[in-house]
Amino acid sequence: MRLAPSEEQRRFADVLDMLLTRADPAAVSAAWAAGDITPGRRLWAALADAGVTGLLVPERFGGLGAGTDDLVVACEVLGRHAVPGPVAESVAAVPTLLVSGRWLPELASGRILASMAAPPLLPFAADGDVADLLLIIDTPAVRTGSPGAVHHSLDAVRRLADVIPGEIVETGAPIQRALDLGTLACAAQLLGAGHTLLSMAVEHAKTRTQFGRPIGAFQAVRHQLADVAVALAFARPLLYAAAVALADPAPGATTPAHTGPPHPAAGPTRDLSRAAGMSHAGRDVSAAKVACGEAALLAARTALQVHGAIGYTREHGLGRYLTRVRALHLSWGTPDWHRRRILTELTGTAVEDPAGLHRCLNGVETAVRASRELAGTGTGPVWTVGGTAGDPTPQPESRLSVRHGDPTPQPESRLSVRHREDAAVWPRDGRGAVGPGVGRTGEKGFE
Amino acid sequence: MNLDLDPPAAAFRDTVREWLAANVPATALPAPDTPAGSAAHREWEARLAGAGLAAVSWPVEYGGRAAPPLHALLFDEEYFAAGAPVRIGQNGLFLLAPTLLAHGTAEQCARILPPMARGEQVWAQAWSEPSAGSDLAAIRSRARPVDGGWLLSGQKTWSSRAVVADRAFGLFRSSAGERHRGLTYLMFDLRAPGVTVRPIEQLDGTAGFAEIFLDDVFVPDADVIGVPGDGWRVAMSTAGHERGLTLRGPGRFTAAASRLVALAAPVPGPDSADGAATAGGAALPGGAALPRGADLSGGAILSGGAAAAGGAAPPGGADLSGGADLSGGDDLSGALGGRVVDAWIGARAYRMQAYASLDEPVAPSATKLFWSSLDVALHETALDLLGPYAEIDSGWTGAYLFSLAGPIYAGTNEIQRDILAQRELGLPR
Repeated sequence: MRLAPSEEQRRFADVLDMLLTRADPAAVSAAWAAGDITPGRRLWAALADAGVTGLLVPERFGGLGAGTDDLVVACEVLGRHAVPGPVAESVAAVPTLLVSGRWLPELASGRILASMAAPPLLPFAADGDVADLLLIIDTPAVRTGSPGAVHHSLDAVRRLADVIPGEIVETGAPIQRALDLGTLACAAQLLGAGHTLLSMAVEHAKTRTQFGRPIGAFQAVRHQLADVAVALAFARPLLYAAAVALADPAPGATTPAHTGPPHPAAGPTRDLSRAAGMSHAGRDVSAAKVACGEAALLAARTALQVHGAIGYTREHGLGRYLTRVRALHLSWGTPDWHRRRILTELTGTAVEDPAGLHRCLNGVETAVRASRELAGTGTGPVWTVGGTAGDPTPQPESRLSVRHGDPTPQPESRLSVRHREDAAVWPRDGRGAVGPGVGRTGEKGFE
Repeated sequence: MNLDLDPPAAAFRDTVREWLAANVPATALPAPDTPAGSAAHREWEARLAGAGLAAVSWPVEYGGRAAPPLHALLFDEEYFAAGAPVRIGQNGLFLLAPTLLAHGTAEQCARILPPMARGEQVWAQAWSEPSAGSDLAAIRSRARPVDGGWLLSGQKTWSSRAVVADRAFGLFRSSAGERHRGLTYLMFDLRAPGVTVRPIEQLDGTAGFAEIFLDDVFVPDADVIGVPGDGWRVAMSTAGHERGLTLRGPGRFTAAASRLVALAAPVPGPDSADGAATAGGAALPGGAALPRGADLSGGAILSGGAAAAGGAAPPGGADLSGGADLSGGDDLSGALGGRVVDAWIGARAYRMQAYASLDEPVAPSATKLFWSSLDVALHETALDLLGPYAEIDSGWTGAYLFSLAGPIYAGTNEIQRDILAQRELGLPR
C-alpha cells in the first residue's frame, strides 16, 4: 500500500520541473499561439530526452515501458507549466493505440508528435494541424487521419483540428484503455495547472496591498484560497488511485486491497464482479477526471478573482492557465459524461437519457458552425464522417479485466537510469514533493 | 504506487470483518444519551475490548494491539460497513487517549486507558465556554492551586457526552498572563462534589451535549496532563486528532455513500460501494436488492442518537417504496444523479487521501473541512432523492441533522480555513 510518489518519482518530477522552468513555457506558448512552433518543438525534444514521450512506449521500441503512476507524475508537472501541445494524446493515448509498434520509436525519441480524435467523445484533434501523426478512432479500428478545418480554442495556445479519416492502421487496439489513459493524463495536467493557479494567487495575495494590508490577510480572500487547497489536496489521491487501477496487470500478482473472503452480508450481485474479475478502472479514472477538473476550475476562478483586473489581461501569465483548465476540463470526456459513467457502474443500470452528452454535442455543433462561418469553410462536421463510435457508453475492455490493484511496484527502475543522467545536467532545486507542499505538515491547533 | 494489502493487513481486515459479522447487534441499540442506551453501548464497548478491537492502535499493555495506522484505517472501514453501534467512548478513545499517549505519564496511561477501552469509564470533553468558542484561548474557568491539587471553578458548555459520561477533560486557566499561557490541561470526575451537569437538547432531539458548572471541584495533581501552564500546547494534539482521521475516519463516509447509492439505484450494481467494505459487499447491511428508497435506516449509525427514533420502519406505516419511486430513474440522469456521484467521489477521495496520508500526512484542518462539507452534501442529496418522503423522521433525517453540526464542532470551518491559509499557504494574518 503506497499512494504517494516514490523517491525516484519525486526526483523525476523535480528534473522535469527544472527543465520546464528553464525552458520559459510562457514565451514558448506565446510563440505556439502565434503559429511559431519551433520553440515548442525544442521543448518537446527536451521532454523526449528526459523520457516523457517514451514513458508508455515499450522498451523494445525505444521507450521506458514505465508505469501509469509515472505517467501521472510526469503529466502533473507538464500541467503545472501548461506545456503547449497534445500532451495527453502524444504521451498517453496514441502510444497505447499503436500496439503493432508502428511509429513508436519515433514517438519515444520525440521525432514525431501525435494527436488524435475519438468522435463524438473527443471530436477534434488537439493541435492536429501541427502534429506529425494523426489518428482517429473508428471502433473497433484505428485509422490515420489528416487535418481538416482548424478551429480556434478558447485557449489561445490550443488549436482544434477536424480529422479526415484515412487508412486503417490498427484493428486490435485497446481503445478503451487508450481513452482512459488519455483521460488520466488530462486529469494529471488539470491537477498540475490547479496547483500553479493556487501558487500564483497565494503569491499575489501576499504582495498586493489594499486598505493598508496584504489582501491575503482578509478572510474573504484567504478562505477562498484555503478551499482551493483542500479541493486540490483531495483530488490528487484519486488521480493516484486511478493510475493504480490502470496499471498493467503483472504476473505473480499478490492480494489486491479489495479482495478477501466475501462478507456474510454480500449478495450474489456484489460478488459477481470479483468472480468475473471485473475492473473498476473506468470508474476510477472518471472520478479522478471529475475531481481534478473541478478542483482546477475552482482554482482558476478563485485565482482570477484574487488577481482582479490584472489577471484578466493577455500579458499576465494567469490567463494561459485559466483557459487551459477550462479547455481540458471539457476535453477527454465532459464532467457530465464522466459522472454518468460512474453512475452507470454504481447503479448497475445504464442511465437512459444522455441529456448531458446531447447538450454538449449540440453546443459543439453550434460552435463549429460559427467557427466555420468565421473561417469561411463550408465542410460538414467531420466527426460525423469518421465518428462511428456512436455509443457514448464505454465498452468493457478485455485487457483491463484482471483487477484493480497494482500487485508489484514495478517501473521505478526504468526511470532511474534516465533521470540519473538528467540529474547531472539539471541539479535539483531542493523541492521535495510533486505539489507545492499543500497539506503536508502535521499538527495544527486552534488559533 | 499500489493499493495492495500486505498479508498481515489482509489477515487483520478479515479477522475484523468476521468478528463484526458475528457480533454486531442485529437491531439498533437505544440512543447512547439515554440511561438504557448508555448501558447497552458500554456493554458493546466491553465486547469490543474483549476481542482486542476497542483501540487497535494503542500499545498492547493498555488494551490495544499496537497496530500500524493502516490497520486502524481498515478497522474503521469495516466497523462502519458492518453498521456497528456508535462509539460511546469516542471522546476518550479518539481524543483524550492520543493526548495521554503523547503527553501523559505511564501511571496515567495505565490507570486511565484500560477502563476507557472496556467502556467502564466514558469521557466527555470540556473545552468550550460561553465566552470561548472559536476563540478557545479566551477560556475563563479557573484552576486554583491548593495542597495536593487544584480547585476548578467556572462553566463549560457544548460538552459532548457529559450527560452519560463519568469523567471529563479540558483546559483551565491556572495563572494570569497571556491568552495562550497559563492554561492547564486537567481531567476531572463528573460526579465529584461541586459538579452540576445540565443537559442541552440538540436540534436532533437528543441530549448529545450539556453544560457543566464547576464550584470548587477538587482535582489531584495526578490528573494534570503535561506540565501546569503548558495546557495549550498539550491540547493542540487533541484538536488535531479531532479534526483529522481519528475521530471521523473515511469508513463512516464510505458507508454513507454506499447507502446513498443504494437509495438511488433500483438494484445495486457490482461493488457499488467502494473499497474494502465493498469488496466484501458489506456496505449494505440490508442486502443487495433493496427496492429503491426502502432503506430509510440509512444514516442511523452515523448520528448515533437517531438510531432509536429511526430504524428501518418509519412511524405511521408510510408506503416507502411508493415514495422512493417518485424520485425515479429519470431524475438520476439530471442534477440529482450528478450529486449522488459527487458524494460517492467525495467519500472515495477521503478514503484514498487517508491511504495517501500514511506516507504524506495531510493537514488535519484540510481533512476537517473536507469531511464536514462532504457529510452535509451527501445527506442533503439523500433527502432530495427521497423527495417529500424525506420529511418522515428516519435514520436519514437524523443523520442529516447531525451532519449540519460538522462544520461547527471540532473548531468551526472558518477557523480551519484560517489555519490552512496561515500555516499551509503562508498567508499573512
